[in-house]
Amino acid sequence: MKLHGIKIPHFKNTADSVPQRIPIPQTVTIPTSMHIGKPAEILVKRGDSVKVGQLIARADGFISSNIHSSVSGTVQKIEQTVTSNGAKIPCAIIESDGKQELYENIKPPFINDFDGFINAVKDSGVVGLGGAGFPSFAKLKIDDLARIETVVINAAECEPYITSDTRTMLDKTDYIYKGISAVKKYMNVKDFVIGIEKNKPSAIAKMKELEQKDEHIRVHVLPSMYPQGGEKVLVYNTLKKIIPQGCLPIEVGVIVINVTTLAFIGEYLETGIPLVEKCVTIDGSAVKEPKNVIAPIGTHISDLIEGAGSLKCEPAKVLYGGPMMGIAVPSMNEPVLKNTNAVIFMDKKEAAVPKTTACINCGACIAHCPFRLEPRSIFLAYKAGNVSDLEKLCVDLCMECGCCSYVCPAHRPLVQTNKLAKIKLREYLSYKKEIN
Amino acid sequence: MEHLNVSVSPHFFGKRTTQNIMLDVIIALIPALIASVIIFGWRSLLITGVCTACCILSEYVFRKISKKDNTISDLSAVVTGLLLAFNLPVTIPIWQAIIGSVTAIIVVKQLFGGIGQNFANPAVTARIIMLIAFSGNMTNWTFPKNSVDALSGATPLAAASQGLSSNVNYMTLFLGNHGGCLGETCALAIILGGIYLLIRKVITWHIPVAFISTVAAMSFLCGKDTIYQLLSGGLLLAAFFMATDYSTSPSTPWGKIIFGIGCGLITILIRFWGSLPEGVSYSILLMNILTPYISKLTRQKPLGAAGGAK
Repeated sequence: MKLHGIKIPHFKNTADSVPQRIPIPQTVTIPTSMHIGKPAEILVKRGDSVKVGQLIARADGFISSNIHSSVSGTVQKIEQTVTSNGAKIPCAIIESDGKQELYENIKPPFINDFDGFINAVKDSGVVGLGGAGFPSFAKLKIDDLARIETVVINAAECEPYITSDTRTMLDKTDYIYKGISAVKKYMNVKDFVIGIEKNKPSAIAKMKELEQKDEHIRVHVLPSMYPQGGEKVLVYNTLKKIIPQGCLPIEVGVIVINVTTLAFIGEYLETGIPLVEKCVTIDGSAVKEPKNVIAPIGTHISDLIEGAGSLKCEPAKVLYGGPMMGIAVPSMNEPVLKNTNAVIFMDKKEAAVPKTTACINCGACIAHCPFRLEPRSIFLAYKAGNVSDLEKLCVDLCMECGCCSYVCPAHRPLVQTNKLAKIKLREYLSYKKEIN
Repeated sequence: MEHLNVSVSPHFFGKRTTQNIMLDVIIALIPALIASVIIFGWRSLLITGVCTACCILSEYVFRKISKKDNTISDLSAVVTGLLLAFNLPVTIPIWQAIIGSVTAIIVVKQLFGGIGQNFANPAVTARIIMLIAFSGNMTNWTFPKNSVDALSGATPLAAASQGLSSNVNYMTLFLGNHGGCLGETCALAIILGGIYLLIRKVITWHIPVAFISTVAAMSFLCGKDTIYQLLSGGLLLAAFFMATDYSTSPSTPWGKIIFGIGCGLITILIRFWGSLPEGVSYSILLMNILTPYISKLTRQKPLGAAGGAK
C-alpha cells in the first residue's frame, strides 16, 4: 500500500546558505510556553540581571519545559502576552547588554544512566524542533526501554522553503552522531533509521557517511512527496509499521525524533549550553535575500529580518514554519520560538487566498489524503453537526497536513474544517465519557 | 502599523480550479466536435452552439432570479451544453434542442442546488427526457453526406439489435462515418479526448476501463461481435465523458470500478434484451441514483483506524 500525498514546489533556495549569527537584538521576548503542555513557572522578576543560558522559567509538571535566557542583560518586565497560538501567558522581556556573557554554572552534564540522560535532556530545555514543540524528555522517558525497537530520525523536511534541518545535517553531522550514540548508550537502542526526502542529495550523502561509520544506522531515502515528515507517514514509509488510531509510535516500538532535536541533544551533552538560539530559514516572496540565520530565542521578527538583510516589499503575511502547516503571525513583534525553524515572508500575491466555490465532488481530497480520510464527507458531517459520523469518519486521525485544501479545485476550507471537527469530536467523546 | 493577514494553514494552494478542470473537458471534446462537423456537416455546429448558449443562458438567468452567486464562469454549463448536443441527432429541430438544454440546466442541475449538488447527470437526463418527449425526432438518423451505404433509418447498433446484418465495417465505426448522434460516432476523436483527460488527470482510468471492459466481456460471453459493440452507439462518449461526471459518480477507486461495471451491465441488458437499441444513457442514470450508496459502501479504511470507516 502506498500512502498518498501531493507534489508541491520545494523552494529550497537556502539549502546552500550556511547559517550566520545575526547581531544581538536590543530586547528579546521570551514566552514561558514555547512547547506543547503547561507553561513553565517564571523564576525571574523585573530588574534581575541574567546571563546567556540562565534558567528563567522552570518546567512545571510532566509535560513542560525549562526556559533559559538567550541574552545577557536585565529583565525589563514580565508581561502577559497573547502568543501566536492564542494562549495568554507570561513573557519575560529582557534588555540585552550586548555582551552575551555565558552563565557561570554552565558545564557539560554528568551522566551515567538513563535517568541522568533524561534529566540532562530536561535541563537543556529542548523540545521537538521540527515544529511540534513537544518536550523531548517527556517523549524519551519510556518506562520499559525494551519496547523500543527503532528510533526513526525525522529529517524529511517536507515543507517548502525550510532548510534548517538540511543545515543541521550538513553542519552538525558530528553532533547528530553524538546524539545517536547517547540514545544508543542510555536507551539501549540498536536500530536507527534516518528518513530524508530525496530532494536533499548533499544531506543524504552526509548521513550515508554515518551509515558507513555505524552498523546500527540506516539511511532511508523518501520520495519527494509532501508530507513525508508527518510522524505516522514517516514511520509507515520507513518501517512499514502502522501506528494505530489514538496511539503513540511507541505502541509499535518506535520513537520518532527530529534530526535537529537530536543534534542539539548531542551538542548539549558536550557543551552544556541549553537551548538559547535557533537556526531559522528566512525566505518567501517578500524577502530580498533568502538565507539561514542563527538568532537568539525571543528575537522579534522585525529584528530578525533586519539582521538577515531586508524585505523587498511590505509583507502581506508572515509565517512561523512552512506554508503548508505554518502559523500566520499577527505582528512583526512576535518572537522567534524554540520550535521556529523558518520565518516566511509572503508578498501580497503569494499570500492571496483563492476564492471558495462549490464542491464538485471531484474526490481529489480523498485521493490525496495520506491517511485515506474523506475530507469532503467530514465537511458535510461537520456542517450538519453529525458528530457520530465524524467519529465514523475517523477525523481524529487527521494530522492537519493540508493536502486536501491544497488540491481542492474549489478551494474549500477542508483541513480547516477538519481542525474544527476534531475539537467537536473531542468534546463529544469527553461528554460521552462523562455521562457513562 | 503594518497590516498582516492571519489565516489558518495551509498558505499554499494548488493551481487546479473548477474552471480549468471544465476547460480541460471542453478541450477534450473539441476533436469530437470537429469530427461531427466533418461527418454531419455544418448543422452539427449550429446544434452545438444552440445547446451551449442555451445552457449558459439558463444557468445565468436561474442564478440571477434565485439571487445566488453566478456560476457560469466555472464553465460547467458549457460542458453540459456540448455533451447534450453530442447526444442529439443532427436533424433535431432547434426548438427541441433548446427545450433539452433548459431542462438539463434548470430541472436537473439548478433545482438541486447547482454544480456539485445534482444527483443525476444533466446531459444524460435531458437526453432521456427528450427521447421520451420527442421520440420521432430523436431517432431520426441522417446518414453522413458522403456515405456510400445507407442503412435505412437505423444506426449500426439499431441494425444489429434488429438482427439486420450490417455492412458497416470496423474502420467506418472507428472513424464515425455512420449514422448516430453528433458526437458519439467518431471513436477516434472520443478516444483522443479521453486520453487527454487521463493525461491531465481530470479523470482516472477506473470508470472508463470498468465500463468498457464490462461491455466487452459481456458481449463476448453473449456471443456478440465485441468490437462492434464497443465502437457503436454512445458507449465511448458515455464512458469517458458522462459516466465520469464528478457530481454523479463515486469518488473512491473501488466505488468507481463498481459504478463502471454497473453501467456496463445495464447497458448490455438493455442492448441485448431490452426493447431499445441503446442503453448507455439509462445505465448511467440508474447508476447515478446508486452513487451515494456505492460511495458509502466503498469508503476506504483510514490508515491505522481502529474500526472500519463505514
